[in-house]
Amino acid sequence: MTNETGTYLYAVAADLGIPVPTGLTGVNGGAVRGIAQGGLIAYVSTVPMDKFGEGPLRTSLENLDWLGRTARAHHHVVDAVAETGPAAPVRLVTVYSGDEQVKDLLDRRGEEFLDVLTRVAGRREWGVKAYAEARKPVEEPAGARHGGESPGTAYLKRRQASLQGQEQDRRRAAAVAEEIHDALTAFAVAGRRHRTQDPQLSGRRETMLLNGAYLVDEERGEEFARVVDGLRGPGVELELTGPWVPYSFTMLEDPAGGEGTADERL
Amino acid sequence: MSVSEPRGAALAAQGHLPSERIALVDLLDRLLAGGVVLSGDLVLSIADIDLVQISVRALIMSVREKETADDGEPLVGS
Repeated sequence: MTNETGTYLYAVAADLGIPVPTGLTGVNGGAVRGIAQGGLIAYVSTVPMDKFGEGPLRTSLENLDWLGRTARAHHHVVDAVAETGPAAPVRLVTVYSGDEQVKDLLDRRGEEFLDVLTRVAGRREWGVKAYAEARKPVEEPAGARHGGESPGTAYLKRRQASLQGQEQDRRRAAAVAEEIHDALTAFAVAGRRHRTQDPQLSGRRETMLLNGAYLVDEERGEEFARVVDGLRGPGVELELTGPWVPYSFTMLEDPAGGEGTADERL
Repeated sequence: MSVSEPRGAALAAQGHLPSERIALVDLLDRLLAGGVVLSGDLVLSIADIDLVQISVRALIMSVREKETADDGEPLVGS
């Protein structure tokens, strides 16, 4: 084992001269400190490389206890920092070999960080998940066996109808998801769809149709919740989470070329 | 970011769950598919690995283990 350490980066914010919240600790219990450079401040903590080096990280990321602990510690820091002003959160497990490299980063990409900070200032992210209510199984119509069909033919017809029904359901679900996403994006500053969660992870039996994130002006949060309420309808259940620090809207690249499907209206 | 604004205050207070009450799966959606992605000088090149894939595998494995252990009590969920 070595005694090497690395610099774990949580978020970047405009350097407003506000001290780092006292007693704030991050991943692995490390004390959070600020690295200021060129009008920006990077919130970091020191991590041991025997846990945060490439090899150990690859293994640890597949350990749910570690992943959960680390994600919550990361989020805790981002949340605390965002309380003091606009912050651009950085993706989980972004580790530099030292503080100098973080300073370099702020030098090289300062402009882009400022762009992100401008975009998220005074705004919060809301999550909206839409679930399809479980479909009733296709019932065999009473007296289905008419017209002297052989049981085999009747079975094939039923099976075909059921497959067509499933296909129709899928298309209808996709259309509903699209509609909800469009309506929410139209109200929000920007919208983005995350991949839908596996039922094993969402802890629900219903199929998730939409896992959306919406960037909303802080003072319009309540209004946004009402728009969500207005979209609730038979067959579709909506779940609202947030407000979140705008994690889903911090792509540095041009939104058009960025990952995911970001519908920006800036 | 004040939560004492007149509008949406109750909502913000209600929505601002303590970190431990947030569903891990919702948090990971954001931490692994959101946030500023950086490359260069990093100890682990994030671009090289699919973090989402890794986390989904970890979550599903754990859910399965938990299900076999205690009869399907869901691990994740708010």
